[in-house]
Amino acid sequence: MMKSKADEEDYWNSSKYNAFTFDDADDELSALKETKKAVNSIGPLLAEDGEEDWERVSWSGEPVGSISWSVKEMAASNQRADREPAFPKISTETPSLSKSQSGISLSSLFKGETVIRSLLGDSSLRLYTPELRKPKSEYKDLVSDWSAEETVQRLQQGKGVTLEKFRSLQDKLLLLDLAVAAHDGNAITAVLIYLKRTLCKEVLFRELESRQTALRHFIHYLTESREQRLLLELLRALGRTEEAALLQYKDYKNIADENKRRDFLKSCLSLQFGGEDGNHVQDHYTLLERQIIIEAADRKAEREGKLEVFQKFPRKASILNMPLITTLYYCCFYHYNEPEQPAQCPISEKQYFTTALAARAKLKNWTDVDAMFNSRNWLGFSKKKSPLSFQRVVDILQKNSAPTRVLQEYVGLVSDAELRIGLAQKHKCHDIVINTYRDMKDRQQLAEYRKKVERGSAEERKIDELLSNQQIRWKN
Amino acid sequence: MAHSARRDSPELPDLSLLKRLVRDQLIYLLEQLPGKKDLFIDSDLMSPLDRIANVSTLKQHEVDKLYKVEHKPIVSISDQICFLIRPRIQTVKWICDVVNADKAAGKFRRYKIIFTPQKFYACEAVLEEQGVFGDVTTDEWAFYLLPLDEDIISLELPEFFRDNFLAGDQRWVRTAGSALHLLHSLFGPFSKVYGIGRCSKMTYESWREQVEQGEQKARHAEIGNVFLIDRDVDFVTPLCSQVVYEGLVDDIFRIKCGCVEFGPEVTSSDKSIKVMLNSQDKVFNEIRNEHFSNVFGFLSQKARNLQTAYDKRRGMDIQQMKTFVSEELKGLKQEHRLLSLHISASESIMKKKTKQDFQELLKTEHCLLEGFEIRECISFIEEHINRQVSMIESLRLLCLLSVTENALCLIRPVSCAGFRQSYGADHLLTFSNLRQLGLLVEQQPGETLTVMESKVGKLVNDRTAVKLTDAFSSLAKKSHFRALSKKLNLVPKSDEEYDLRVPRDMAYIFSGAYIPLSCKIIEQVLERDSWTGLEEVTRLINGHEFAVTGADPKSKSDAQRIILVMFLGGCTFSEISALRFLGKERGYKFIVVTTAITNSSRLLEALLDNNV
Repeated sequence: MMKSKADEEDYWNSSKYNAFTFDDADDELSALKETKKAVNSIGPLLAEDGEEDWERVSWSGEPVGSISWSVKEMAASNQRADREPAFPKISTETPSLSKSQSGISLSSLFKGETVIRSLLGDSSLRLYTPELRKPKSEYKDLVSDWSAEETVQRLQQGKGVTLEKFRSLQDKLLLLDLAVAAHDGNAITAVLIYLKRTLCKEVLFRELESRQTALRHFIHYLTESREQRLLLELLRALGRTEEAALLQYKDYKNIADENKRRDFLKSCLSLQFGGEDGNHVQDHYTLLERQIIIEAADRKAEREGKLEVFQKFPRKASILNMPLITTLYYCCFYHYNEPEQPAQCPISEKQYFTTALAARAKLKNWTDVDAMFNSRNWLGFSKKKSPLSFQRVVDILQKNSAPTRVLQEYVGLVSDAELRIGLAQKHKCHDIVINTYRDMKDRQQLAEYRKKVERGSAEERKIDELLSNQQIRWKN
Repeated sequence: MAHSARRDSPELPDLSLLKRLVRDQLIYLLEQLPGKKDLFIDSDLMSPLDRIANVSTLKQHEVDKLYKVEHKPIVSISDQICFLIRPRIQTVKWICDVVNADKAAGKFRRYKIIFTPQKFYACEAVLEEQGVFGDVTTDEWAFYLLPLDEDIISLELPEFFRDNFLAGDQRWVRTAGSALHLLHSLFGPFSKVYGIGRCSKMTYESWREQVEQGEQKARHAEIGNVFLIDRDVDFVTPLCSQVVYEGLVDDIFRIKCGCVEFGPEVTSSDKSIKVMLNSQDKVFNEIRNEHFSNVFGFLSQKARNLQTAYDKRRGMDIQQMKTFVSEELKGLKQEHRLLSLHISASESIMKKKTKQDFQELLKTEHCLLEGFEIRECISFIEEHINRQVSMIESLRLLCLLSVTENALCLIRPVSCAGFRQSYGADHLLTFSNLRQLGLLVEQQPGETLTVMESKVGKLVNDRTAVKLTDAFSSLAKKSHFRALSKKLNLVPKSDEEYDLRVPRDMAYIFSGAYIPLSCKIIEQVLERDSWTGLEEVTRLINGHEFAVTGADPKSKSDAQRIILVMFLGGCTFSEISALRFLGKERGYKFIVVTTAITNSSRLLEALLDNNV
């Protein structure tokens, strides 16, 4: 660097246009030369200059092209040629620097805003071989002279930088704000890592509070590098207790032992969750507590072989850590008729009904299934009632391979005639189809359906009787 | 297809160029570590790598053994090890462990990390912290763009979505900008760039800066216009079930890097086979954009034609037969093989879909899109959850309800509690993610958002207000789908018959029920050549829209009708099909660049908490 720092700053402050500075170019140019030398030595195929003759390949791609070809392409893109009309800059949402609490002077902010555009002249060179850069010692002298703007630009371009010279809080924050203004997450995180190393937590957290973009990057960085403790401290310092609570709660996943896990969940109950979350953690704890009791009892029962159901249907897995509905299903499967039921579950009638129905159907216990629908009115008449639509009931039963005679009963209860016929046909409940067509006085459909039933069957006879019945007033 | 193309579509530029560029660069990098070496590859880089190089290419450049990065101690005995990885902190930590273990055992090796598409300072910081900086050399492989087909390019960065939209980490902005820059320098100069979304704007800026810094030869433009769009502009579309063949295959079998693995249920043998799905597959190419209901008819017609072609050989003399065998038979056999494959795949799709009551599911989706019979939809979703049917499907329906309806109080009865009861307590964290992204919003009891906001505004001073507004921002991300749908006519009138064989608009990709919002916006802007007249739409989307003009197109060349659409955060095959349709109608050709191909499952899986 030949210019003094002061000179340079003057220049930047007054500059409205993109600058090309030769000292930067020198650095880049020598690197370019070295790369090119290295590249040239790879193969004699590399032509000096001139138009690229683009060799087209078929879609499937012919086998390996030459390495030099691609390298040449890259090198060519670094040569100056007539510039294209530039695209305009559009205002991207930048954090409003003026809001920052850091006490940066207005002029330095101004500088930051304008200078961010004044990028280094020729720096698009893609270095394939970082090893080919200048010797380390020489390199370092140069690095220490870079301004905040240049440093951020180098960060953006993935080049080496030293951040150590940015020691005052203002300098550090300027660096951060510039990185944020450049919308480059990699650069933002790079600066944050430096800030984390060189600022105490209190100051860092305080400054991040007014810099939401940087803060999000920091949180993500800490999450990825698994610095849970610092992350919790940060969230608490920012008053984001609900997030902190969730983060702490999440740790249960790392605890395998069920009793320890239960105790951990219990300890989470005192955390400040947001909204309904607290209740759900409570439910989670209660559920696991319950599951531990059930699991211990059933494991014992299974071992002793006293209960028939465990022998007929051996348990496939432990019930620990299963969802509530699965637990309910399990209980309806193995413990249906026992007096004690896990009753305090905050579930709806529908949820219970669906689950119990599936469990009893799986066991092919049709008596239990039947009983679920029975409700007696005050005169003692029984009528089938269900919180689920009967269409859904049929679906559940059929998925548990219920026989036609069972299905039939529920298909018949589907109130919508069209739907009922559809289901009845699907499940071969001939009687229902026939009766429904009769009720609909649809002779044509009935005659049509006659073709689908077995010859000489009872169904066929029934259809024939109906079709010849003079008393029915068919609509067609 | 029965489309009436308006005029001849322009020729697409040859994207395979991109493959050659990165392949050569990879070889160059491998040669930087002369001698025999073992190569460790990040598992999600294997398929992309497969598309541009094969094992023999690697062997030619002295790669001895290939391993997958598994975060376990390594067994390699080579004295040179090369790691080809994505820039992730945990992977670099594992490499540090490997190096430190070697050091402790007194083993000397040379190590090289090749980060792709670029390295991050956070990764280098790990090397430094773990004391192996210097022991390990690092390089970058600028593998930004993988052409999946003649009109699809993928960055293969599925994490872009979560990092950018959920974590708010802008690490990939520069990457997207560089990718665009590469396309600009190969196929540009672009003359117009349109965009919508925060990330699009930042990507544009990053690209513009790179263009300014770099120099470029003036060349003949092959791509004239560019459209950048953020995924969060439209969450509705990727949440819908796909019913166009390619999308359906992706939903069911998961297409990975343009390749699908058909299991035994399709191949009707005990083996699975991998098939490349692109325009090279003549059968696939004709059905990929078709609504599934047309596919069977098409395939059987194709089968009849094939039969006729085979039958030709009857009554041939020796000479004719010879010609037939040498010229036609191979092609016919190939076609035969592909045809039977796609027929079996279609069968398998049918079986799977009838099993899960697909009709009912679609009906619910269509009602949600239309805003019709919402109560019935809710009870369907509720039952779906209670029965513990597919977790992702339930989540998808819940989110779709939330983003389409915005009548959030309705969600309470279905409630996220029921979901957790069915699928496990740990979804507490999933829901926290969904809330943050605005995909699933539960109504706060009692007050509406606006009331709350105005109260807050009055009560507290500015600084706290900023914090609170931030806390509310997720709530503020309420969807305006209903209003947008009305404004843009996204839902065609349901009383008209929609002939799926002769599509009249992009709605055909969703059985005529819905025109994808993302594609509709693109259509509207291209039609107007600006955002003028769409002010209300952009306001509802929460905008960040822009349209900028760069180089003046020297001539009204074909390039002006080639439009590069870049989806930041992923796009679905259905959207690609819709754009292909639009292109045919208007005489454009679209090239889709996406950070990754997505669908509802991928989108939601990225937000499950076990993801990190």
